[in-house]
Order: sequence, then C-alpha cells, then structure tokens
Amino acid sequence: MVRIDFKRLRFLVIDDNAHMRRILRTLLHGFGAREVFEAEDGATGLDAFNNYVPDIVICDWAMPVFDGLELTQMIRQPGANGNPYVAIIMLTGHSEKKRVTAARDAGITEFLAKPISAKGLYERIVNIVVNPRPFIRTRTYFGPDRRRSNGSGYAGPERRKGGKADLIKHSTLLEKVRNPS
Amino acid sequence: MRSIKNSAAITTYGDHEVIRPENKLRKALTDAPPAPGEDDPVAQAERALADLSGEFGAWMDEECERLDGCRQAIVANGITQTAKTALFHAAHDIKGQAATLGFPAVAAIADSLCRLIEFTPQSDRIPLKLINQHVDAVRAVHREYARSDARDLAAQLDHKLRDVTDHFLIEENRGRPDIIEQITGAPPQAPA
Repeated sequence: MVRIDFKRLRFLVIDDNAHMRRILRTLLHGFGAREVFEAEDGATGLDAFNNYVPDIVICDWAMPVFDGLELTQMIRQPGANGNPYVAIIMLTGHSEKKRVTAARDAGITEFLAKPISAKGLYERIVNIVVNPRPFIRTRTYFGPDRRRSNGSGYAGPERRKGGKADLIKHSTLLEKVRNPS
Repeated sequence: MRSIKNSAAITTYGDHEVIRPENKLRKALTDAPPAPGEDDPVAQAERALADLSGEFGAWMDEECERLDGCRQAIVANGITQTAKTALFHAAHDIKGQAATLGFPAVAAIADSLCRLIEFTPQSDRIPLKLINQHVDAVRAVHREYARSDARDLAAQLDHKLRDVTDHFLIEENRGRPDIIEQITGAPPQAPA
C-alpha cells in the first residue's frame, strides 16, 4: 500500500501567533515530519521560503507586515522566487465564501478553516502529494488549476479559449428547445 | 539551501497556458511498510496534541489577556487604526483557536466582536460599550468554563451580543446591501 513518508517533506509554517505555530508543529511532527521551519509574519515568511525551499507552506491569512494573501501572490510571481509552484495551504479563521474565493484567486493550493484538526490537515497534505493539479497562467492569474473536476454538470459558457476549450460548444436553453436533438 | 531548479511541461492555448510542473513531492510516496506504531498518522498527531493540552489553559489565559490589553488601549487612546487592527487580530485568534484549546464556547463571542469591527464602516462609531461587553464576555466565559452551565451561559451571552451587534451593523450599513447580506445572510428587505 502506498503511503506518505512525512520525513521526506519539508514544511514552512507562517503564523504570527506562537500558540498556533506550536500546534501546527506538533501535528506535523505527529504525522512523522522532521523538517518544520517557522516564521512569524509575511516578510520573514518570504525570506524563510527562499532560504529553506520548503515543499509545503502553511500560512495564516491575518498577519502583520503583509498578510497570507499578499504572501501567496508574491510566491506565485514566476521568476521572482525559488519555487512558484510550491504547495500553499491557507489556514484561517475566515471561512466566508468571499474569502475562500479570494484565497483561491490569489493562488493557494488548499484552504483549511480553523479550528484546525489533525484529520483536516492530513487530508490536505495527502491531496497535495497524491493529486497535484496543473498550473494555469492567464493574463490575470497564475496558480493551481481552480477547476478541480471536469465540470460535467456545468451549464455556463466555456471561459477558456483555445485547444479543447474551443471544442466545447455551449447551447442556450432556447437553442435546446428549438433543436431538441 | 536546496536546489531550486524547476522544470515544467507547458501547453499553450488561445488565452492561457497549462503548466505541469515536475512533481517533486512524489519523493514522499513510499510503499515501504510503516514502522510499528506509525500506521495511523492522524491518531499519532492527535495523541501528540493531547500530550500538549496541559498547556492550553495557560495559552487561553494569555490570549484573553492580550484581548483585554487591546481593549484597554482603546479605552485610553480611542479607536485608532492600529488599535482597531490589534483588537481584531486578538479576537480573530481567539475565534480560530478557542475550540482547539478546549474552549469552543468562547469562539462564537470572539466571532461576534470580529464582525462588529470588520463591518462597521466608520471605526470611531463603534460603541465602546459594545466592545467592552464582548471582551468581558470572552473573559468571563473562559474564567467560568469549569462550571457545568458554562456552555449555556456562553450561548445566551453570544445570542444577546450578536443580536445587539447585528442591529447596530444594519443601521450603520444602510445603503450597502452587499454588506447587509453578509451580516444577516439574506438580501435586505425593500422598504414597505
């Protein structure tokens, strides 16, 4: 059976709250991780990201200097940093839909709402390792593919142009009524 | 410092590129059997957190003291941008951590304080009395958590505070239907 060897993963935890950093470190060590680095704000987090080159970044949203959203946007600048494809888990007390969408559009890989649980964190990490998503670059976005499935139930127009996207023809409800076949 | 070289397969379409970076995390996948006692990482992590839980009461004390300190700064100097941000972060941290630290009933009251700060358009109009009531409620519920009726008490306090806070926020956000929808969870009703 295939499993994850956490000893082979390097984590960077960025949170301004020392208690939350300790909780995350404890959980990661509990999973078996050995390399867990910490930073207490967005600026030192970016430095640590470039110095330690982590495999997975876990960051809080609300932090001093610059917040988790701004940090994500800085990491996702192609060419500006070591690894713009790094997996980022946004851990936050903000769970409103508007916030989740903003985090997704900034380029996070996974969203985890507080209160944190060992199971929730473990599932996000497994998903990152086992089901890596391709990255998408558009004029306004660079980050993991925001489409997590092929969207067979989606009835709206295809927004991506070119290649396979152009082959998907969207019929309006009126066209379907006129041409039921 | 580790190697930071990246390689990726890029496919270009009309208005976007699909990039498949080298999966460097594949190195963590193994089919080797786990060491004895390491077959359930989630249970191991939960045990590690339980071992740490002896410190949680003191941590929550610190978080409540921090919240009180932020309140005292506002009482002394008024609601400056810095003081407001500090109060919000202190309340937000309690909202996010209270359940993990073993005080879930405190989280809802801290959340109500976060909403009061976040959705009041003009900071200087946030009633100091309402800030005080929230901070005192957080501290009181935490202090009395060992009581058998602590959760009921917390629920009643939260209900009252949320009710007053929502009423205030709806008044302050007249003409901002998107905000009212976020506050109440429903679109504002048209005037009769």
